[in-house]
Amino acid sequence: MGFTFTIITLIIALGLTWRYLGSYMAAVFEGRVHFLGFIETPIYRLLKTSPKQEQTWKRYAGALIIFSAVSIVFTYVILRIQGSLPLNPQHLGGVGQALSFNTASSFVTNTNWQNYGGETTMSYFSQIGALTVQQFVTPAVGIAVAIALVRGFSRRNSPTIGNFWVDITRCMLYILLPIAFVAGIIFVGQGAVETLAGTASIHDVLNGVTQTIPRGPIGFMEAIKQLGTNGGGFLNANSATTFENPTGLTNWLSIYLLLSIPFALTYTFGKMVGSVRHGTALLAAMVLLFGVWVGFTSYAEHQNNPAVAAAGIHSTVGNTEGKEVRFGDTSTALFGVSSTMTSTGSADAAYDSFTPIGGFGLLTGMMLGEVTPGGTGSGLYTILIYALIAVFIGGLMIGRTPEYLGKKIQAREVKLAGLGALVMPIAVLIFTAIAVSVGAGRLGPENAGPHGFTEILYALTSQGNNNGSAFGGLTGNTPFYNVIGAIDMLIGRFGIMIPALALGGTLAAKNVVPESLGTFKTDNTMFVGLTIGVIVIIGGLTFFPAIGLGPIVEQLSHGRFF
Amino acid sequence: MLIHLRRSLVMAVICLVLFGFVYALAGTGVSQLFFKYQADGSIGKNGSTLIGQNWSSPKWFHGRPDDTGPYAANLTTHSGGGDNPLVASGNTGESGATNLGPRSKTLKANTIALVSYWHSLGVNPTPDLVTTSGSGYDPDISQLDAIVQIPMVSKATGVAASVLHKLIVKETSGPELGFMGTAYIDVLQLNQALAKLEK
Repeated sequence: MGFTFTIITLIIALGLTWRYLGSYMAAVFEGRVHFLGFIETPIYRLLKTSPKQEQTWKRYAGALIIFSAVSIVFTYVILRIQGSLPLNPQHLGGVGQALSFNTASSFVTNTNWQNYGGETTMSYFSQIGALTVQQFVTPAVGIAVAIALVRGFSRRNSPTIGNFWVDITRCMLYILLPIAFVAGIIFVGQGAVETLAGTASIHDVLNGVTQTIPRGPIGFMEAIKQLGTNGGGFLNANSATTFENPTGLTNWLSIYLLLSIPFALTYTFGKMVGSVRHGTALLAAMVLLFGVWVGFTSYAEHQNNPAVAAAGIHSTVGNTEGKEVRFGDTSTALFGVSSTMTSTGSADAAYDSFTPIGGFGLLTGMMLGEVTPGGTGSGLYTILIYALIAVFIGGLMIGRTPEYLGKKIQAREVKLAGLGALVMPIAVLIFTAIAVSVGAGRLGPENAGPHGFTEILYALTSQGNNNGSAFGGLTGNTPFYNVIGAIDMLIGRFGIMIPALALGGTLAAKNVVPESLGTFKTDNTMFVGLTIGVIVIIGGLTFFPAIGLGPIVEQLSHGRFF
Repeated sequence: MLIHLRRSLVMAVICLVLFGFVYALAGTGVSQLFFKYQADGSIGKNGSTLIGQNWSSPKWFHGRPDDTGPYAANLTTHSGGGDNPLVASGNTGESGATNLGPRSKTLKANTIALVSYWHSLGVNPTPDLVTTSGSGYDPDISQLDAIVQIPMVSKATGVAASVLHKLIVKETSGPELGFMGTAYIDVLQLNQALAKLEK
């Protein structure tokens, strides 16, 4: 009953957000929102730029790459020297080289993969100055790329696709900052911790227990962590801990926040290209796939855990291993699917202990390319890439030059879209193959049998998709996994962003072909089905053999334990 | 190229100040002003109601077995005994779960050990009471998890079962707004109420 209401309230809240946040975001990027102009204008002055200075796609991409490189260096240096920086009440030393490189790549690619336990590794300075900062910057960069690609469709004969600096500034100031601040207050009001006072020591006379409790500026990091589909929490156990995610209400809020921008961007897209129907078609493809995944994953988590059942305990409250009492089985599964299908990767439970089919739901949620609805910005630009492939296939079937929103989709566009769609699976599968082939990789998994393989596959899938969730049993803080994971994350981020920007550039330069009777419709049910087909077939064909060795074998091996 | 680099450096500093420190410090200021108790960790005289503790005596209601029985290695004796979330979960010093997979031999063996642990206390365990949590210090149990412990607590304390039952019902909170998450009982609050009752 509670779960039904959770779904209904989320649909209502997200529906309103889709409509109103969607049109608000369009207004922000069209330069019609100015209420923080007193901060915005000085930033442009310091950067010596202005909204009037437009960039070609190459300059846009250049700014993005160099800014990301500088961000990686900044993050890396802060982590290395945190021992000498202030705001370090636990007197934690500098972070090691490989781990700093992995973490810097992780936060700058919006992955937020964590090979460290926050409470014992990161000073408050690092959590705020290195990690929280990137949780604002990287969603803004992702959304900027999406908007630049959208401009490719909305503009005609234009050599430029916007100004990178203006786009990310507006996104952070007008979209991320206000929503995150309000959400942060709700998190803290519910019980999330927000203090700079260091650990607390307690002694309970009732049971003789003494505890040293880690604290920190957690609640506000939590808000931007979810809103920006970042996922990197302050504490090791992430959203499963009460200090990050204290109640069922904050759990609901987390799901709402992490889904809000990715879904709403489809409305922004529709509004900016002058056809909300096209945005709705993309939304429909996202929602249908998302709904199916929520359905079977929640069902799977409502079943018994095989190992617990084998010990003679039969559950009516689902698989409780690794889950928190206050969330319950189905809401935890909903959180998991929301988090993995959006590149967030936050976890309110131990995903490693999900049932085989539950874990399959999370893993394949990422393998579909993070488009249902995907990350902030990355979801939209990646599904647009899939939509172009769908248009191309549709065009082949009816024997006409394919068009999308009046733009002719020709050889160059199809090549770029194909590149964007294949980069992630290639990186994930090759790195997984390397990891299972070398000793350093095989040392990683905690669990034996097919589950051990799934732990490796999950880690490299998660990093290649910039998701950041984990089957936590894998020991990732080794030089091997730190370096291979960092490369996987960088390829997964920039290997798709650059083709997306190139697409934006070449499309913006084209004129619009008037619609005729023979034009292949791209805003109807048929096209939604075609797009879903492309997403499922690309994901399914590339990953099926790997999934077969992991969760499918695990599910089918009845009565066997490893 | 150089202009990109100069702008990147300036932007990185702006972000560090504005979206790092101004955001986090303003957030901390507002939180400390309006929600001081929560922002400091919901800590009362017996500890934080948000951090589970190890209750081993049959005189008290027990929480999830995050540091009990086969998971006792997670419990590190500290001055005066007791557990420590900083060194919970396999003594790695971090919050975290066991991460045992659904077809793990270890998970099966641990669960069997926990079932007999509860049977030795006269409790017929529920799923929550033989499985560990995601954080490694779940402070809550469900109403049923508390009810099955009534015989144990009643026998050890002499408080009548019906009184304990009423106490459990009274201490049940959530789900928030009636549907968000599930109903739960904070073990520390329940035991504090029990201690008050015994006085």
